[in-house]
Amino acid sequence: MQNKRYTRREFLRNASLAALGGLTIPVFSSCTKEEAEDFLQKHFREMTPEEKKRIIAKLEQRYLQKYGRKFQISTQEAVPDTFWAYGLELSRCIGCRRCVYACVKENNHSRHDPQLQWIRVLRLKRGNLINLENSEHYYDPDLVPEKGFIYLPVQCQQCQEPPCVKVCPVHATWQEPDGIVVVDYNWCIGCRYCIAACPYKGRVFNWAEPNIPKEEINPSVHYLGNRPRMKCAVEKCTFCIQRVRQGRYPACVEACPTGTRKFGNLLDPNSEMRYIIDRKRVFRLKEDLGTEPKFYYFFEA
Amino acid sequence: MEKLQELLNETWHFYKRTLILVARGSKLYYAWCISLMAIIAIGFLFYMRQHDLGLIATKMNDQVSWGLYIANFTYLVGAAAAAVLLVIPSYVYHFKPIKEIVVLGELFAASSIVMAILFVMVDLGRLDRFWHMLPLIGSMNFPQSLLAWDVLALNGYLFLNLLIPVYLLVKFYYRKEPNWKFILPFILVSIPMAVAIHTVTAFLYNGLPARPFWNASILAPRFLASAFCSGPAIIIIIFQIIRKVSVHHIEIEDSALFKISELIAYAMFLNLFLLSAEIFKEYYSQTVHIASFRYLFEGLHGHKELVPWIWSAMTMNVVAFIIFLIPQTRKRLTTLNLGCLLIIIGVWIEKGPGFVIPGFVPDPLGEIFEYFPNHLELMVSFGIWATGLLIFTLLMKVAIPIEAGEFSHVSYVERSFRREEEYQGWRQDSFKKW
Repeated sequence: MQNKRYTRREFLRNASLAALGGLTIPVFSSCTKEEAEDFLQKHFREMTPEEKKRIIAKLEQRYLQKYGRKFQISTQEAVPDTFWAYGLELSRCIGCRRCVYACVKENNHSRHDPQLQWIRVLRLKRGNLINLENSEHYYDPDLVPEKGFIYLPVQCQQCQEPPCVKVCPVHATWQEPDGIVVVDYNWCIGCRYCIAACPYKGRVFNWAEPNIPKEEINPSVHYLGNRPRMKCAVEKCTFCIQRVRQGRYPACVEACPTGTRKFGNLLDPNSEMRYIIDRKRVFRLKEDLGTEPKFYYFFEA
Repeated sequence: MEKLQELLNETWHFYKRTLILVARGSKLYYAWCISLMAIIAIGFLFYMRQHDLGLIATKMNDQVSWGLYIANFTYLVGAAAAAVLLVIPSYVYHFKPIKEIVVLGELFAASSIVMAILFVMVDLGRLDRFWHMLPLIGSMNFPQSLLAWDVLALNGYLFLNLLIPVYLLVKFYYRKEPNWKFILPFILVSIPMAVAIHTVTAFLYNGLPARPFWNASILAPRFLASAFCSGPAIIIIIFQIIRKVSVHHIEIEDSALFKISELIAYAMFLNLFLLSAEIFKEYYSQTVHIASFRYLFEGLHGHKELVPWIWSAMTMNVVAFIIFLIPQTRKRLTTLNLGCLLIIIGVWIEKGPGFVIPGFVPDPLGEIFEYFPNHLELMVSFGIWATGLLIFTLLMKVAIPIEAGEFSHVSYVERSFRREEEYQGWRQDSFKKW
């Protein structure tokens, strides 16, 4: 009797130890030092300058291996006395989508499976503007502009009261001092609550590992902006943070053939944006939701 | 020191006996557990595929960014909250027939919460970064993000629904009177907590002005009403199954089931009333915000995938309401069970896919994308449901014998004494043979 009881206990103990070992061995053995480091990487805003430097060096090494190009990864902070805003003159837009593709190229978007874009151009029948239910997202004529239609480009509106930042459960997204809402792609847990919260569809998700052809990669990147992203993290327009903090225009502004797109510093009384707000009739999309966008649509005069 | 030794010893014996109890059972028990484990294994394999490929393995996309997983999550939080409908009559009003089974109801709530949490976990794109959400260790956005609230509320409720029944069962096992001064505060807290978990889950959707379909203040009351239909309906069915298959004598009286079904009738009335209030507002005012309702109930611009589903759900809910309203049908087990099944399915459609998906259709820029889960999402979901059922089964395997008074410390002491006697007898016998 005594004997039998002992073996059962022994069996239980051995079985549970074996199960535990079986579970942990593959976890530990498959985990390289680099992976462990990635796993434990801190939130970007909590890193010391040295830690940032180390992460940048690691990323440059990794991108070099993956894309065969030497990357410049900037962590440049917001320029003092800047607060960026965007202007879009609706009467000029012809719906050519050059901004969309300039953005894709500049910001290293996944090109296929999934294809991601930060700018969406909506085609609306003349007579519509606010009710977007009748908009066409995938219009594909031989020539634009088409008779009887207007075009409404929409991207992240860089809200002053961003609902996406409010709902993020882990502080993976925040507003920078220059007003740009950014994402720490390495901190995002992929819950997609921000996508549900955004009224402008300003955020897209990497449903799979991004696909960027090596020859099309843009190696001049910002850590919080256009560096190549990873599987299952969210991303969004950053007003081309890598460009505007160096005094350049966003790629979409440069690409627009009709001068529809304007960009400037709200704190500078002589900036283009201040001129537009003072002299033109501007409005913001879905103003009634209280998001206070810094993206101004306007019409001539 | 000696006392501690004794306590450790006792605890060890309790755990050991529990494990043995769980490991042994009838053929039916083995078959049930093994088939559940098989479903779990299949679900896990499919999840691994999703984990490797990314969420592209599902049918979700940037338009409909939450799908079947979050639909199941919403439903299960409601099912868990429903345990309160057993807690109030038993601990507050001391309604005896329900008091006999309230512990089982609380364990049901715990199993539902585990499933709900699992559904959130499989929906996360980066499960490896889950620790970012933990308070103190990660950087939880509390109190701003409702998802942070939900993590705290769900885990708190899970803790309560394990602590209370386990405490009571252990006390019963040792045949000791529970220290009510210790456990009663937890029981009382669990009542508002049940309401809180479902309110917080409703607020999770409710607080998004970008999604007018969810941005209605009636949402939290509607959630509670529908939860108090579906949860108790599941409990009624489960209790009857327990009564049928359990070899132990467990006191589940018909009067307890009928009392629960009466509560379901009230809850279903409220649920239908709140829904009709919302439908009136949308259809009478005819603003642009009606689009999602249109998509759900009649189809939008030729897209009508959800229409047959929601109308089946409406029919089931109304038929069930009539069954539960009439005392004769409510108090006959066949019609009662039919009503329960109708409610379980009807409410699942209504507040699962019928609630989550229309929030995304049309999307904020007016695009319509019709989402339908693929087989991977189905398999992973089945895996999680099977996990919950297995956990519940194992909990029942221990809880029922304790409740029935057949698994207790006393019986253990007696039996070991008997064994000792047998052992002595056997020894003397063998001595004689020598």
